[in-house]
Amino acid sequence: MVKIPKFFGIHAEPTLRMNRVLTILPFVILISVYLASSYARLTTNPDDKLLPSISKMVESVGRLAFTEDKRSGDYVMLDDTLASLKRMVSGMFLAASSGLIIGLNIGLFPGMRAMFLTFFTFLSIVPPLAILPILFIVFGVDELAKVVLIFIGTFFVIARDMNLTVEKIPKEQITKALTLGASQLQVVYRIILPQVMPRLIDATRLSLGSAWIFLIASEAIASTGGLGYRIYLVRRYLAMDIIIPYVLWITFIGFLMDWLLKKFIIWKYSWYRVSER
Amino acid sequence: MAKDSQSRFLYLENVYKNYGEKCILDNIDLAVSQGELCTLVGPSGCGKSTLFRLILGQEYPTFGDIFIDGKPAGFPNLDRGIVYQKYSLFPHLSVLDNVLLGKKLVTGLWGWRKNKREILTEALVFLEKVKLIEHRGKYPQELSGGMQQRVAIIQALIMKPKILLMDEPFGALDPGTREHLQIFLLELWKEFKMTIFFVTHDLEEAVFLGTRVLVLSPYYSDGRGKNTNRGSRIVKDHLLVPNITSTKVKESAEFGKLIQDIRREGFDPAYLQHVTEFDLSHPDSFQTLTEIEKNI
Repeated sequence: MVKIPKFFGIHAEPTLRMNRVLTILPFVILISVYLASSYARLTTNPDDKLLPSISKMVESVGRLAFTEDKRSGDYVMLDDTLASLKRMVSGMFLAASSGLIIGLNIGLFPGMRAMFLTFFTFLSIVPPLAILPILFIVFGVDELAKVVLIFIGTFFVIARDMNLTVEKIPKEQITKALTLGASQLQVVYRIILPQVMPRLIDATRLSLGSAWIFLIASEAIASTGGLGYRIYLVRRYLAMDIIIPYVLWITFIGFLMDWLLKKFIIWKYSWYRVSER
Repeated sequence: MAKDSQSRFLYLENVYKNYGEKCILDNIDLAVSQGELCTLVGPSGCGKSTLFRLILGQEYPTFGDIFIDGKPAGFPNLDRGIVYQKYSLFPHLSVLDNVLLGKKLVTGLWGWRKNKREILTEALVFLEKVKLIEHRGKYPQELSGGMQQRVAIIQALIMKPKILLMDEPFGALDPGTREHLQIFLLELWKEFKMTIFFVTHDLEEAVFLGTRVLVLSPYYSDGRGKNTNRGSRIVKDHLLVPNITSTKVKESAEFGKLIQDIRREGFDPAYLQHVTEFDLSHPDSFQTLTEIEKNI
């Protein structure tokens, strides 16, 4: 009888129970370390702001989330979230749809590839944050500049990924479709488009991370609302009791978006998972 | 003695194909009649697949013309159905949708709505014929290799192409499944009176299936001198009688002898036949040679 290790080495086969425990373990450790350090600091100095207690965070965030702002009568956290989401979703939607169109064209039509591949590869190297001042000057400090920054930051990656995905589709499939009577247009929207859609969503999922970076950065520099704006605003008062929950909230939203997109692929494009198996 | 390009179903004359400086296909002449099941064999790398792609219209000859039913071959179109070794099926469509695809593409949305029932019935009849009716909802990746090729064949067949081109369609299958599909293909060929051009690297398969076997080979000699950049030619063009009912014929002495001949004439680098001595015994066969080539 071979003894199969439970945890160590490449032959390890953790049990189901152990799997669950192992999944949760790092989270438990992180939270415990935080609680212990926070407790230690607060016992020596009750006014310490660096590592606030859980109850303090709940109280502060509860104020922002569930009570109306005295001056404006709004719920601050809700407004921040909606403002950020609006920028995020419009930027990502623009980037995904134009990335799809550009990537499809470059990947499928040799003429388009000859004209645009090097050009877009060149543009994709431009660091988006370096041209943020230009965006603010050209598009003003309102919504547009922020949406454009997210667009520029994610569009090129998505377009190039789409191009690679289209190139990976065997040429035989296109020939086959033509012999079945497809026109060139039909090849695009009956054969290629449905096959790259799930990959487009996956590329969007992967781009969400950088989209958040650009969103927070633009909000930090010039804004009157939004999750990033709030974090940078309260930083002046060392308000870790607001910053930490906000960061967790942003992380949660990001995780949720990723999860929803994943579920959408499984529901809508069941063949995609089958072929990856 | 070139035959008229109009009277032959598939017709190639003086077809050359170069990749860069290298000559791959060297003066290919070929005329195929309607209803023929033409198999093509040759050593690996001799240009079988290149010739296949030329006829398909996926690549174009460097010199020479290809006609299908009297018309220049041009880009891939409905005239030619194809079955590849793989990638024939679309991974994002179910088995039924794969079979229906051609009809849907041709009829358009409006025609599809109008004739839906008719087309569906036809597709189901085909699926019934290949015994895959209960798998119609699955995706191709969920089927075995043999099942996938059966779907690929009827997917092409439902469009009634003038000629069915097959590039090593059974190459990746195990021997049992392969033999099954050979019989199955012969049955379809007889039922639909199809014209088939079948590329394979398996000599036994070529001789068993075909009504005519073509051997493409770079191993021959002609009067062009030693350092000529030669490409492959058709060195053997032999009439066959296909046997639909049984694979027993594969064990006969005659069958074995023919395979031995093909192996020697096409696959042996040391055995160089002169261009004027090729076994081009098939009645449709012809050859266009220059005077220099005819020299010993």
